[in-house]
Amino acid sequence: MDKPINQGAWLLVLPVLLIVAFSAIVPLMTVVNYSVQDTFGNNQFFWNGIGWYQELLDPTTDLGGRFFDALWRNLLFSFLILAIEVPLGIAVALSMPRDGWRVAATLVVMALPLLIPWNVVGTIWQIFAREDIGLLGWVVNRLGIPYNYTADPLSAWVTIVVMDVWHWTSLVALLCYAGLRSIPDAFYQAARIDGASQWAIFRNIQLPKMHRVLLIAVLLRFMDSFMIYTEPFVVTGGGPGNSTTFVSIDLVKLALGQFDLGKAAALSIVYNLIILAVCWVFYTVMTRMDAQRN
Amino acid sequence: MLRARIVLGLYIVFLLLPIYWLVNMSLKTNTEIVSSLTLWPHNLTFRNYATIFTDPSWYSGYLNSLKYVALNTVLSIALALPAAYAFSRFRFVGDKHLFFWLLSNRMAPPAVFALPFFNLYSAIGLFDTPLAVALAHCLFNVPLAVWILEGFMSGVPREIDETAYLDGYSFPRFFVKIFTPLVASGIGVTAFFCFMFSWVELLLARTLTSVDAKPIAATMTRTVSAAGMDWGLLAAAGVLTILPGALVIWFVRNYIAKGFALGRV
Repeated sequence: MDKPINQGAWLLVLPVLLIVAFSAIVPLMTVVNYSVQDTFGNNQFFWNGIGWYQELLDPTTDLGGRFFDALWRNLLFSFLILAIEVPLGIAVALSMPRDGWRVAATLVVMALPLLIPWNVVGTIWQIFAREDIGLLGWVVNRLGIPYNYTADPLSAWVTIVVMDVWHWTSLVALLCYAGLRSIPDAFYQAARIDGASQWAIFRNIQLPKMHRVLLIAVLLRFMDSFMIYTEPFVVTGGGPGNSTTFVSIDLVKLALGQFDLGKAAALSIVYNLIILAVCWVFYTVMTRMDAQRN
Repeated sequence: MLRARIVLGLYIVFLLLPIYWLVNMSLKTNTEIVSSLTLWPHNLTFRNYATIFTDPSWYSGYLNSLKYVALNTVLSIALALPAAYAFSRFRFVGDKHLFFWLLSNRMAPPAVFALPFFNLYSAIGLFDTPLAVALAHCLFNVPLAVWILEGFMSGVPREIDETAYLDGYSFPRFFVKIFTPLVASGIGVTAFFCFMFSWVELLLARTLTSVDAKPIAATMTRTVSAAGMDWGLLAAAGVLTILPGALVIWFVRNYIAKGFALGRV
């Protein structure tokens, strides 16, 4: 049944529209405004046109080089996160108990990392991975593997990736678990009678049911890892050197650290456009999938 | 089934180990932390927790955080309820574009908004108040609330609306008396996620406050001092930030699966 057309519905949407416009459009306009100007302090601004954008998108300049470095680093990070968290999340979801008291207990433990403030997640791993007072760092060093996340870029990367896996895999697992729960027992029984292998059950029954939630999981994990700020900032502060400086960290450094408003604003706009584009692709795929199913 | 238990068991150990380590640290003295690595506190002390509960500059951080989180949750749900109803029941000009635009704000990087928010809230005199942070967090929580609630509302058959109107209910009365109770579990799930995302966010909360409304997460950076890190105190403050989340999960544990089942987080 189609929904009735009713323009009066706009009135119901209006409050949301106003508040989101207030906290999204007004600030974005400020950013656009900054991005075409230059300042020498004292609130004196000069028209700079598309100068900042040209500099930003040209990898040979200082600013452009810095931006592309952070961007590739961030994309590599997001790719690693998806490559680890999605399969692991599916594996955990498939292993979760289907009924009994253990379901509630598992759910509570798994949701726990999701509700820890992001800087505390950073703090936990900052302590846990230290070679002198942290269990992880101490054990790894005892095993004879040199590991120090404040001095060695590789260690820093491993720490941040493992931290993110710890923090967010549960989200993927919980989403998949919710998808799995919607499969009636009769499906499994039928599969057993047909003598289907574990893999066949997964491929033909479980995976199709998880399709939609997986897409959402990938979208959320991509977006959130693409704009990650707090956790690596607490653990490594973007270092050693610039090895873990992701786009958001770089942006905050530019805007609040150096007060390079023009450059920071141009970076913000480009950053936002990338995210908007990716978001749109996902949204289109998702609505297409929904339309196909109906 | 054995393999499933091993996978799950290992995963849970992986999740709990860093948290155990934090609790372990919070119950030690700094001398013990720095001098040797001990798997459990040999000189059990609650001094770190005592410091937090007696020093106003510490515990006010928790109160500030809870204030803006509560304010944001109430605001988000109150605004999102009618909008979600509109999206779930009617078609109107630009509805799909509006929905996408709302969602895209959930994905907007807070780092982009930090500086303009600072300017905006300073200009209207809200800087350093819980309201400023609560409003700023609406940027991602209102779209989220609309998204989740729309899913729950679409699950309520439209015949209920029509019957109520035939019975002579006006829209506001129908909405408050009949419809809202029907989506109560949806509101619970939404509140959970609004709480969660407002509670864990730090960048905006820290940028928009300085003294009076400083969140606990920002207070925690104080433990770095000239005398070195106060690890025990930092760990204790960390443990205390985990507790509200743990409590909330415990209360909504039966609804979480339902919220996730809609695939809308």
